[in-house]
Amino acid sequence: MSSHRLVALLGCAAVAAFGLSLLFGVGGFTLSGSAEAQHTILLEVRLPRALLGFMVGGTLGLTGAVLQGYLRNPLAEPGIMGISGGAALGAVIAIHSGMAQTFALALPLAGLTGAALATLALAILAGRGTGSVTLILAGVAVSSLAGALTSLALNLAPNPFAASEMLYWLMGSLTDRSLTQVWLAAPLMAIGCAVLALTARDLDALSLGEDAAQNLGVDPGRLRLMVVTGTALAVGAATAVCGAISFVGLMVPHLLRPFTNGEPGRLLLPSFLGGAALVLFADVALRAISPLGELRLGVLTALIGAPFFLWLVLRGRSEMAS
Amino acid sequence: MTGLMGDLTGEDIGVTLGGREILRNVSIAVRPGDFIAVAGPNGAGKSTLLRVLAGLTPPDAGTVTLGGQNLRGMDRRALGRSIAYLPQERTVHWPLKARAVVALGRLPHGAGPLRGESDVDREMIAAALQRTDTDALAERPIGELSGGERARVLMARALAQDAALLIADEPTAGLDPAHALQLFETFTRIAAEGRTVIVALHDLSLALRFCARTVLMKSGAIAASGLTRDVLTEHEIGRVYGITAKVGEIAGVACVIPVSVRP
Repeated sequence: MSSHRLVALLGCAAVAAFGLSLLFGVGGFTLSGSAEAQHTILLEVRLPRALLGFMVGGTLGLTGAVLQGYLRNPLAEPGIMGISGGAALGAVIAIHSGMAQTFALALPLAGLTGAALATLALAILAGRGTGSVTLILAGVAVSSLAGALTSLALNLAPNPFAASEMLYWLMGSLTDRSLTQVWLAAPLMAIGCAVLALTARDLDALSLGEDAAQNLGVDPGRLRLMVVTGTALAVGAATAVCGAISFVGLMVPHLLRPFTNGEPGRLLLPSFLGGAALVLFADVALRAISPLGELRLGVLTALIGAPFFLWLVLRGRSEMAS
Repeated sequence: MTGLMGDLTGEDIGVTLGGREILRNVSIAVRPGDFIAVAGPNGAGKSTLLRVLAGLTPPDAGTVTLGGQNLRGMDRRALGRSIAYLPQERTVHWPLKARAVVALGRLPHGAGPLRGESDVDREMIAAALQRTDTDALAERPIGELSGGERARVLMARALAQDAALLIADEPTAGLDPAHALQLFETFTRIAAEGRTVIVALHDLSLALRFCARTVLMKSGAIAASGLTRDVLTEHEIGRVYGITAKVGEIAGVACVIPVSVRP
């Protein structure tokens, strides 16, 4: 498949999923209530949800593709640098302290602060070097610390209600998000994604290793700065608003790589569109399966993702055997 | 050739890595049309010297200039149009097709996932595939190729860069004799076009036969440098490698035969 056709196909899928997300609600395709109520449901409930699904899914797919290309590791995913862990910790602390109830944007703002602090810690730990190994190690350190502190907050939850609220938030969801939250997160995600998209050429060069890439014009320091900044903005904002939606960033680039002949630069746009389509479709499916909202999006994507991985392993094994 | 041309000069280069002196007081000057061998025992500093000359490792002492301009601070893509560097490492991290690997050589010229390929890019890629005898492999994923085929495809990437200087680190390692010969014939033609070729190698017979000049290194310094037939003598080879070697001709072709390790 040519890369134009792949992009067109995935673009159509993402637009269709966006439309479906607007049209299909808890009550099926029919909207009940007065015209005013329908207007409210469409603009204030479904539109933010669809917009966030598109942006967050795209962000996760794109970041996964960039990180896999940058680290030259097909197991890299958006959470690897500890930034989403930091955002989750910030949000959990906001719930724990009761700050989340004080004003509407307290939760996402605390998430953004957590992401920013995690990025700072990452930058300090990884230092001025240019190797990808130090970056992975620093990321592991930051995410372990954030994870440990998140567990501590859960452990010391003031009451069972707060604990379950934190747990639910950690599972990731698009429900009950307002347009204000969209306006807070969307610009950050857009800037982050733009920075990440600009790494395409450097990622292609890195296929041949760091020395050859440098000879082909890659500035390793600049590339690392772009990858870290882009991921921090995009994933930090996505996680701050929607929690951790797992497996999308790992799965989508994997799934699409064969269609781009393995070229990491050409994988970026398809991964954005594929991620957007996947999250939107999953969110629509969620409303059909679980109309009362008891099933969380992050749980559903993990339920799709884990068997997918199993299949990857089995396929890899049979390919190796043959 | 579209990049900056001219003489590549390294003066009093010193490199220290992790407190260990890898290179000291190495000076080298190359001109367009030179085909130079860099030889010496393992750990003599050949690879580091090549990396310094390619602008990948900034020297701790001394300077490297290209056409009078210091490599340090030169725009990296401009450098990539002037100097093509072929590392010893032959890992390709994704299942790219051979042609896509060769096309990466056009990145410093502006080709890439955003702009696509120009007619010149396509011409250069086709020529590079042809010169390395890899036309037939173009549409095959790199992971399916043999070690020798992969080495030739990566060589084609460096050729597609269309640079005035080509610096290759042991390009014949793992190649069968036919393809090693073919590669050195290609290098000779490239040098005849007025480009510079610098090759690190262990096959002294190839150096003696193809390279006009040789830099012989030992323990981070230049042990001997000059016309290859003056440098690769039985006496110098013996002194630098610690072996007894015979230099002679078989069927009119110059060759070096290592005979025994000196006690």
